[in-house]
Amino acid sequence: MWDYTDKVKDHFFNPRNVGKIKNPDGIGEEGSLACGDSLTLTFKLGEDKKIKEAKFQTFGCGSAIASASALTEIIIGKTLKEAEKITNNDIADYLGGLPDEKMHCSVMGREALEAAIANCRGEDVNELRDRHKNVVCQCFGVTDVEIVKTIKENQLKTVQDVTNYTKAGGGCKACHAKIEELITGTMGVQDESEAPKKTSSRMTNIQKIKLIEEVIEREIRPALKADGGDIDLIDLDGNKVIVALRGMCSSCPSSSYTLKEYVEAKLKEFVSEDMVVEEDKL
Amino acid sequence: MSERTVYADNNATTMVAPEVRDEILPFLTELYGNPSSMHLFGGQVKTHLDLARQKVAALINADPSEILFTSCGTESDNTAIRSILTTNPNKKHIITTRVEHPAVKNLCQSLTTNGYRVTELSVDKYGQIDLDELRENINDDTALVSMMWANNETGVIFPVDEAVQIVKSKGIPFHTDAVQAVGKIKIDAKKTPFDMLAISGHKLHAPKGIGVLYVRKGTGISPFIVGGHQESGRRAGTENIPYIVGLGKACEIALNIIDKEQTQIKTLRDRLEKELLEKAVDASVNGDIKNRLPNTTNISFKYIEGESILLLLSAQGIAASSGSACTSGSLEPSHVLRAMGVPFTRVHGSIRFSLSRYNTDEDITIIVDKMLAIEKRLREISPFTED
Repeated sequence: MWDYTDKVKDHFFNPRNVGKIKNPDGIGEEGSLACGDSLTLTFKLGEDKKIKEAKFQTFGCGSAIASASALTEIIIGKTLKEAEKITNNDIADYLGGLPDEKMHCSVMGREALEAAIANCRGEDVNELRDRHKNVVCQCFGVTDVEIVKTIKENQLKTVQDVTNYTKAGGGCKACHAKIEELITGTMGVQDESEAPKKTSSRMTNIQKIKLIEEVIEREIRPALKADGGDIDLIDLDGNKVIVALRGMCSSCPSSSYTLKEYVEAKLKEFVSEDMVVEEDKL
Repeated sequence: MSERTVYADNNATTMVAPEVRDEILPFLTELYGNPSSMHLFGGQVKTHLDLARQKVAALINADPSEILFTSCGTESDNTAIRSILTTNPNKKHIITTRVEHPAVKNLCQSLTTNGYRVTELSVDKYGQIDLDELRENINDDTALVSMMWANNETGVIFPVDEAVQIVKSKGIPFHTDAVQAVGKIKIDAKKTPFDMLAISGHKLHAPKGIGVLYVRKGTGISPFIVGGHQESGRRAGTENIPYIVGLGKACEIALNIIDKEQTQIKTLRDRLEKELLEKAVDASVNGDIKNRLPNTTNISFKYIEGESILLLLSAQGIAASSGSACTSGSLEPSHVLRAMGVPFTRVHGSIRFSLSRYNTDEDITIIVDKMLAIEKRLREISPFTED
């Protein structure tokens, strides 16, 4: 069992500011299905341009819920300028500390805040996201920008530290060499901007996942079921939709045809032009 | 904490049966002799050691000489696998499955650095293996097949009878990690010709710190722990007499009431599963429900996260476990559910309830009530829930 502080437990058992503000001034979403955590942060500014109201929704573990709850308390009453200075450490400190392995929960909070502030200022959140596109850890979808930023802010020195703070490297370990490089590189290199890549749809991950599930349910599953098959959404990585074919489909010789010509076509039609469908290889 | 604990995590560990505790106590007080001693004071203890060995053997219909006491299931698995490889030094291929317990999985993985090649058989969406895949992967270099009898996370029972036939017909040794199966379902060493089988005491109401390795008569064994001549020279170290005696008692009870597992415990499990599936907003069972331990159910609650569920259950006095990444030290979600292709949306919200003969109908009512309330509460927080 994790050693959570009383403050973490309090924010988990009695989360503050749960929900989603209608017509918010800023909205930020972070996390992924693979990681098992996801956070939506919304806030509204008052007359004085300070954050007047903040709410969160979290899919995640105890410390993820507590971190999001703490984040809302921290930012209320702050100007955007003040809020953008908040680091993941501020969130962890507010909670009296988090277990090392759970520091990534505070990082998720900081990232959602960053996205919400960008959104509020009318900056393109997807552009911000695109800067984060260079995925180092494929298992948990963590980018080099996130890793470098977290290394800097927390003075991380080992791969294990990076895993604890960002989850990167916690899965297959294939990216450990790359993380080592980032740790060594970060001390000297200050340039963290990446050439922005082509922006995809304007949807956030959570919106996309919901829409994909709807389309599968409505447009795709009935047809597959008619042939004794089925399909499950496994994960979403950017615009790459990972699915598993079930029943007759899984042994069907034309399953790759079904995937590309049918599933992908439907998702392109109903979700976004740049959807790519892959079968779960695991 | 609430005033009463509802313990539904019996695949993790079990309560020491009161009868087992009573059996152990004299060996922590007056009966402290060493069974290897030449005097009567030790000799009387030796009698109890022999008796315990008979009781353990009886549970799996083995000969007492085939029972080797170890410190835990992991030691048994390690001894078995390493011994089989040591006694077949020219063969470098191991066949196992993708859903083994870390005691086997990580050991096999670590052996790859010593020049071994490991084939992990896949499982289907029900967590079941394909015997044809086993047949296809056996080759002249195969030193060993190690396959669990029943899965700790889903309770899925593998077709070990058939698998052993296939493997033995090729003259290849077969080891099975039966830690979750022994005491819950009938296992018969005379009927199923496995070579080695691992048992863990604390999974069947004996204490932690005692295990068994079954070694079929005539099978060579290379000791894992080298030293004195205990256990006929096959496992050195002074015998853990109190726990061995306790395990003997636990096995004796298990043999007498094993049918109860199939009736009383299964009835409770089925009721728990049925009510949760019917009443939860979005829940589904993981695993092959036709071939499953009678005490286990693994249920995924979509879009809510396992650690949060466990913390809230725990606050209500309910103990269960989860395949969520956040409940493991490694931050990796359950390798068992991932091997089955369970989507991430469901892996992270998977909860295992595993019952024992000490659970009651009232326990099930409590679990269902609290679990449904927790599901509702977490869905209200989840961003995947519609506004």
